Amino acid sequence: MANPIKILKNGIINENPTFVQVIGMCPTLAVTSSAINGIGMGLSTTAVLIFANLFVSLLRKVIPDKVRIPCFIVVIATFVTIIEFMLKAYLPALNASLGLYIPLIVVNCIILARAEAFASKNGPIASIFDGIGMGLGFTIALGVLGLVREFIGAGTLFDMTVLPEAFPRTLLFVMAPGAFFTLACLMAALNHFRNKKKA
Amino acid sequence: MYLILLLLAGIFVNNYVLSQFLGICPFLGVSKKVDTAAGMGMAVIFVIVLASAASWLVYNLILVPLHIEYLYNIAFILVIASLVQFVEMFLKKAAPALYQALGVFLPLITTNCAVLGVAVLNMQKGYSFIESIFNGIGGAAGFALAIVLFAGIRERIADNDTPKAFDGFPMALVTAGLMSIAFLGFSGLIKL
Repeated sequence: MANPIKILKNGIINENPTFVQVIGMCPTLAVTSSAINGIGMGLSTTAVLIFANLFVSLLRKVIPDKVRIPCFIVVIATFVTIIEFMLKAYLPALNASLGLYIPLIVVNCIILARAEAFASKNGPIASIFDGIGMGLGFTIALGVLGLVREFIGAGTLFDMTVLPEAFPRTLLFVMAPGAFFTLACLMAALNHFRNKKKA
Repeated sequence: MYLILLLLAGIFVNNYVLSQFLGICPFLGVSKKVDTAAGMGMAVIFVIVLASAASWLVYNLILVPLHIEYLYNIAFILVIASLVQFVEMFLKKAAPALYQALGVFLPLITTNCAVLGVAVLNMQKGYSFIESIFNGIGGAAGFALAIVLFAGIRERIADNDTPKAFDGFPMALVTAGLMSIAFLGFSGLIKL
């Protein structure tokens, strides 16, 4: 069995779902208008990812190969529903600001991709670590994106004002276009470092 | 009149891709050529309209009478997945030409969040059957419009020099951002 630390590192850095694999883009762009929303979304997805990976891995010998995708989707949808109830009960404010995107975790391609590519081929322990690694990689990406957008767009970090009042805010960055621009710049910066490393 | 406004709002004001971020994966993934983008757009319109109708029926005729509304998410995704499968089989038999054109895109649509998004939004807003269908048509047409325009721009960009770090996805994202600004111009045009 592969080393858990290696699996974690693989999810967070080598195969980071957002910056390297470029999947799960809808929530990445939609909910990162503030750091708290981004991290909340990231952690909710992580929770679903861990449980979905665990159960898919446990059931991998029972599920017939031909109908595996619908089976995975039902497992994922079940956990998304559970998470939605938990958020509604304990974090109603976060649930309200993430809104539509909580039920949409079901169609986040990261989760289905990990179920298909990792959990259906590996044991439960390795699958849990894969879920944690991928989930954290996703959470970090969303958190960074949220921090940048919140800082430029509203002058705050985690809802605390950090820019002086007189400093102009670029409201565009908390609106839809800002999401595209911020992600584009972050990815370009990463590409730049990678190209430099190679050269 | 209300229905026409709903339709226009879906296409321009609340554009699913550019202002609500639904269906970004196919938007970025299959937009390198105008032909394939148009094919994807058509397939999405087809599936979304059927899915809005089917999910409305399932929600109001099955889930509500049985008081199991909380299972909506599982029910909708199953409806969409089986609908896509069914459409694929039906097209293969009944309209092979259309199947040739749309076939490759159909399996991808199951994980297009715009489809599930429309179903959930229709439910949350309590739309009637007809309203749901019109909302579906509007949203899907908005998706098709955005992806075709985007593919057109990307075809031009492919022939130009871009900074090396921006090659590929970053450039596509910048383009999408500029389109999104253009669509911001429509905001507030229609209030429902």
